[in-house]
This record gives sequence, structure tokens and C-alpha cells, in this order.
Amino acid sequence: MFPRAFNYHRAGSLKDAASMLQQLGPDAKLLAGGQSLIPLMKLRFANPPHLVDLNFIPGAAYVRQEGGGLRIGALTSHAEIEDSPEAAAIPILHDCAAGIADVQIRNRGTIGGSVAEADPSGDWAPVLLTLAAEVRCLGPKGERTVPISKFFVDAYTSALEHDELISEIVVKSPPKGSGGAYLAFKRSAPVYASASAAVRVAMEDGVCRDAAIVLGAVGLTPVQATEAEAVLRNNQVTAKTMEAAAEAARAAADPQPDMRGSAEYKRQLVAALVKRALEVALKRARGEKIELGHIYA
Amino acid sequence: MPEQEQLVAIRVKVNGKEHKLQVEPRLLLVELLRENLDLTGTHIGCDTSYCGACTVLLNGKAVKSCTVLAVHADGGEVLTVEGLAKNGELHPIQKAFGESYGLQCGYCTPGLLISTYQLLQRNSNPSEKDIRKAIAGNTCRCTGYQNVFKAIKAAAKGA
Repeated sequence: MFPRAFNYHRAGSLKDAASMLQQLGPDAKLLAGGQSLIPLMKLRFANPPHLVDLNFIPGAAYVRQEGGGLRIGALTSHAEIEDSPEAAAIPILHDCAAGIADVQIRNRGTIGGSVAEADPSGDWAPVLLTLAAEVRCLGPKGERTVPISKFFVDAYTSALEHDELISEIVVKSPPKGSGGAYLAFKRSAPVYASASAAVRVAMEDGVCRDAAIVLGAVGLTPVQATEAEAVLRNNQVTAKTMEAAAEAARAAADPQPDMRGSAEYKRQLVAALVKRALEVALKRARGEKIELGHIYA
Repeated sequence: MPEQEQLVAIRVKVNGKEHKLQVEPRLLLVELLRENLDLTGTHIGCDTSYCGACTVLLNGKAVKSCTVLAVHADGGEVLTVEGLAKNGELHPIQKAFGESYGLQCGYCTPGLLISTYQLLQRNSNPSEKDIRKAIAGNTCRCTGYQNVFKAIKAAAKGA
């Protein structure tokens, strides 16, 4: 299979790419790692007349510790984040990066591409939402910062203007006593999750001071399970409260039935994933080191 | 759609040999290898980025060459299954796959050999879990995974 013919534009810098987008108009698309876009183009679901290639831009792939947080370049591959000692300091980032698809796809796919695509089944979105990340967007008028909670507008639709691109993702380090975890349930490695859950708890003297629970692949955008968070906040995290939070998350999910399962099946998955992720997050909040992998059917 | 066919000049080293080519931007890396360079050892299986039969190394990293454009190899190096054997002698990984019956029909084998090559370059003593993770992107429809496992373990010991 071949994509339909397109005009190829190789950008030399992020700025260069933004001005190309402005010149070429709204039909031009950006090509980062291409692990979603190239299959879509081969299947002729996407037929962009112009492609602006970001792959030859130097210095746009990095994970840097700075000012009590991390700055992740938009063109950093999942594999680079998986292997980054800086990213390992926030274990939920490693959970996510190391579990995306398979080695080959992690070698090419980028965090910026994944976030910009705003695929409802994407892995990064729920994780970055629990961390209240910021998305740095670069356009012809300069740079602006969009809180990730305002970034996902609809399925495959983000807050980016047609002539803007993501330059960087900024993540603040969670306060001491925090723990996070991300779990996805997949039928096999290379496919998208049937459902996923990202959680974060901030503990103080055995009481949960703050909680974030975000569900993936069970709505048009990531679903923030606010009632589930409220169950935990200012409470002790016990088997009983975790169960109640999982139930509230199940109610918050809004899944579509498809070849990955019925809506009811996915709600069931959500409840189980939230409970398991909370158990890990709580242990991590206590300082335990736990390696987490995605669950395969 | 472009009115005129655009061609992009690329330079790429494949299995140590330098090539200068003019390619359409939509040309996929796997097609460049198979059609332009006649390296048909790299197979096309699903053609949708799932099966991993088309796995090659691009600049030292395993990629699915059906989901990478040929222009992305510009200035880079590619290693395909044809580049494993040296001076008519099979690579130890290829020998291990043969000796452990790590293949049945052989269609997925070129991709599995390259994924194994990347694994053993990074980790000369992989655990069972490491092996599982390394070949999660390579599908074998003969379901010969147990022997593939044995082959990779044998190759690691021999390497």
C-alpha cells in the first residue's frame, strides 16, 4: 500500500515548521514519528496534500530536569523516555513510555506526535493529565502554554491552531509522598488499549490530600473521574475507599462498544484498572519501587 | 495532490554500501529496500505496522520499514537481514535460529532476526521477560514462539 502522493517539505527547525504551516494553509499536516499518520495515509483515511517533516530538526528530542520538573522535547521518542533516567524519577512516565505498542513503534513514535494526534486511545494523555502537564505550542506569533486539561477538545481534535505545533511538554515533579501509576489493558502489544487508567495520590500522614484519576480509551477525550477523586481526597486510602473510587470511575467512563469489547465490558475493565493502579500508586507513595507493565488479554 | 511528481535526492548506507537515489516522498522504506535495491529478504506481512515482518535497523534502532518513509533514511544507515551474514558465514543469531528450529514457514524470520540483533546488542544476557518484550512487535503465525525463545537464548549464550 502507498500513501497518495503529497508535497514534501523538510523543516530545519520548529520555527521553520510553523512558518511552513502558515504558508501552506490548513491542509498541510505535520509528520513526526509517523506511527499513526503513515498507516492512516496508506489506508487513504488521510490524504494531506502537504507534509511538513519534523524528523530532521536537530535538538528537539530531549528529557531535561529543570526547575523542579521535566521538560520533554516534542520529538522525543517513547523509547528515549523509557530509557531516560530523568523520566524514571516520575515512575508513571516510565509505565506509559515502556508500555506503548512494541519496541519498533517506541523507537519511532514521539510524545509530541501522540499528544497532538489526540487519539482517544492514546496512552500519554491520561498520564499527563494526572501530572497537570503543560503543553508549549509554537506558532508564527510566538509561543504559548496550554494546560493539558484544556488541550484535548474532542476526538482527534486539540487546541492547536492549524499553524501551531507542540514544541515541548513540561511536567512538574509531584510533591514528596506522591505516587502515580498507569495501567492499560490491551489484546496484544502493537494495538491500542481497550481501556486504561492513570492515577496519582498525594499522601500525608496516611491521608490522601490530593488525587487524580484519568481514564483512557473510554470516551471521545480522556475522562477525568472527578467523583472518584473526591472519594479519596481527605480520606484514608483503604480497600473500602479504593473500591468506592473504582465504582465511581466505572460510572464516569463513557465507552463505545467496538471490536475491543462491549461498553459494559470496558466499564468493568476501568473499575479493575483503577483499583490495581491505586494499589501501586499507594505503595509508590510510601517509597516502594514497583515495576509495572501493561496487561495483555 | 502535487501536479508534478516530486523527487527527493537521498543518500543512504544499506548493509555498509552507500546508495544515492531519487525517490518519491511517499515511497516507503520497505519498498525502497525490496524494489529499488532488490533486497527482498525484508518481508511485507500485514503492511499496517502490526506484524513486524518488515523490521530493519535504521541508525541502530529496530523499525517497521512499512511505516517509515524512504526519505527518513536520508543520511542514515540501514541494516537488513542480508547484512547479517559475513563472508558467506551465517551470523550466530541465524545459526541459533536454524539449530533451535526457531522458524517454521520462515516468513516472520527476517524481522525476528533483526529484533534479536537489536536486543543482543543492548543486552547480552537477556532474561525471559527481556526477550518477550523485545519480540512483542514480531508476530509468528506458525506460533513457533517457544523455539524462537530457545533460539534467542542460545544466540545470547553464543554471542
